[in-house]
Amino acid sequence: MAAMQFRQAIVNALADEMRTDPTVMLFGEDVAEAEGPFKTSEGLLAEFGPVRVRDTPISEMGFTGAAVGAAILGAKPVVEIMFIEFLGVALDQVVTEAAKMRYLSNGKLSVPMVVRASCGSGLGFGSQHSQTLENWFTATPGLKLIMLSDAQAAYSLTRAAIQDPDPVVILEPRILYAKRGEVDKNLKIEIGKARVMREGSEITIVSSGQMVDVCKSAIEESGVNAELIDLATIIPWDRQTVLKSVKKTGRLVVVEEAPLSGGWGSEIVATVASSLFGELKAAPFRITSPDIPVPYSGPLETRYIPTKEDVARQLKEVIATGKTPKTWWEMEGLK
Amino acid sequence: MSLQLERRKAVQTDEVAGYERMLEIREFENQINGLFAAGLIRGTTHLCLGQEALDIALAAELRPTDTVMATYRGHGVALALGLTPESVLGEIMGKTIGCCGGVGGSMHLADMTLGLLPTSAIVGGGIPIAAGAGLAYQLLGQDNVGVAVFGDGATNIGAFHEGLNLAAIWNLPVIFVCDNNVYGEYSRIDKTTPLEDLHVRAESYKMAHYAVDGMDVLATRKGIKEAVDRARSGGGPTLIEAKTYRFAGHSRADKALYRPEGELEKWMERDPIKLTEENLTKRGLLDSAKIEKMRADMVKTIEGVVATCQAAPDPTVASMFENVFTK
Repeated sequence: MAAMQFRQAIVNALADEMRTDPTVMLFGEDVAEAEGPFKTSEGLLAEFGPVRVRDTPISEMGFTGAAVGAAILGAKPVVEIMFIEFLGVALDQVVTEAAKMRYLSNGKLSVPMVVRASCGSGLGFGSQHSQTLENWFTATPGLKLIMLSDAQAAYSLTRAAIQDPDPVVILEPRILYAKRGEVDKNLKIEIGKARVMREGSEITIVSSGQMVDVCKSAIEESGVNAELIDLATIIPWDRQTVLKSVKKTGRLVVVEEAPLSGGWGSEIVATVASSLFGELKAAPFRITSPDIPVPYSGPLETRYIPTKEDVARQLKEVIATGKTPKTWWEMEGLK
Repeated sequence: MSLQLERRKAVQTDEVAGYERMLEIREFENQINGLFAAGLIRGTTHLCLGQEALDIALAAELRPTDTVMATYRGHGVALALGLTPESVLGEIMGKTIGCCGGVGGSMHLADMTLGLLPTSAIVGGGIPIAAGAGLAYQLLGQDNVGVAVFGDGATNIGAFHEGLNLAAIWNLPVIFVCDNNVYGEYSRIDKTTPLEDLHVRAESYKMAHYAVDGMDVLATRKGIKEAVDRARSGGGPTLIEAKTYRFAGHSRADKALYRPEGELEKWMERDPIKLTEENLTKRGLLDSAKIEKMRADMVKTIEGVVATCQAAPDPTVASMFENVFTK
């Protein structure tokens, strides 16, 4: 075990994979000489050289597409997208090319590429640099999608993604980069397996990314004996762990950073409602951001993201009343 | 050696076999029209009638270990590279014997043993992928070449510029082959593009570039060989513009009524099959009796292929759940 920052856990995962497998390469904007805008490739150019660690032009469609081709032909490329929004101009390569290649080759080829992107709100980057956008990918069979929540997940899942034979998108909540956590380098986390972060009996909380920490604080503040699950892999998600937990607790809340409409949490709520309807003590529900762009102003952005206070309120309310709590914006008459 | 690789080798070593393959592509494409009319093919297809010379030139000058990323107008390149007509038509008819087991269709043809990646139905989508193939070869120290084949319309999409720029700055072993058939979907190139010679766009990337007569197999082979040699020897990428013409419309619904009068007829005077016949006859490799027999035989061959594919089974329902993930 070693304590390290979340970003250092990513550096360690990349370095350990590059040491193990000479076909692993990293490219993206300012990842080589500058060692990454968020210092997630510190020391990699020095250790692995300019053939394997490359700066690219500001050209996401070009270099993401190059990763698709390189992956098919024997390399294991990891591309870094500085802000997940920048993948918008390269979605074709991820969704329509990479995710279809195995299918369209009748199983003859695979695309072992990883797309890493920083995401999320909380740092005042404004509405075009603060989204999580994981829901861009959830309806794309052929693609795997991970959202990291702490240093251990960053290390273990980044390594798992590089070793995976299929295309994987990893979202790295930007607000976590400097956060320290314990990392056991021998601990493996499988893609597709959720992490039970805290056991509890009264309600199951399913969350991911930076919301996992918010949920931990909310559990403490509320005094509710909740079971907290970090979904970790959003597609394909771990039905077994979630259903087993809700079977035990009889209640479910999904806490997401993304706006209300179209979120992956709806899929989980729908699955739980369909599978465990007769065993539920309360209607499964979601806590999300409102359906508005991420605002810039500090006080506004702080309210925009689900807060520990609001999650705690809703936890207490559902346990006490069995009814689905209102959103804070409904209570304040804002929508 | 597999049948596919034997077919490839024939085109690489024998000009008459190359001519015969052009006949195969021509007859194949002609049959597609009829099969559509008869309701035996669904969806859409994009014919390459008139553009056969480029397909043959690529097959002749590339190795099966090189990687070709082509487009939805891909029947010709697939047949030229060595896929059997049964595996191509089988795919177009959605049958198990198709090269993708029937889940791909006309726009998605592939055979990794011949270097053909699943052809892309997104204009320009394959261009950065071909650059990426070159990147893998550079990383792994292999002397293979990545090849992107795309139409004139693709030179206006971002992927073209990003792919060329990346290949240029990283000196990748890649050939960008623009099959300029004068029309991007239903629009003539002069309506969409402020240039007549598209290859000059490579100037912006300090990349070698030139045009070839895409109706002439030998001229096209020469141009491709020069680029292949450059790429294999570490000299970096090339943009080649093959000047061709699409004898058919964009896709099956398009009768191409927008063409100026006489334009098609003028290009058909330089039909690549006719030019090849003239050349091979002049050199004593063909004569009119041989040509007549080869043409008649090919009609029969393709009729047989159609019958085989019609009789082939549909894929099982379970097969569509396969190959989404490796694990």
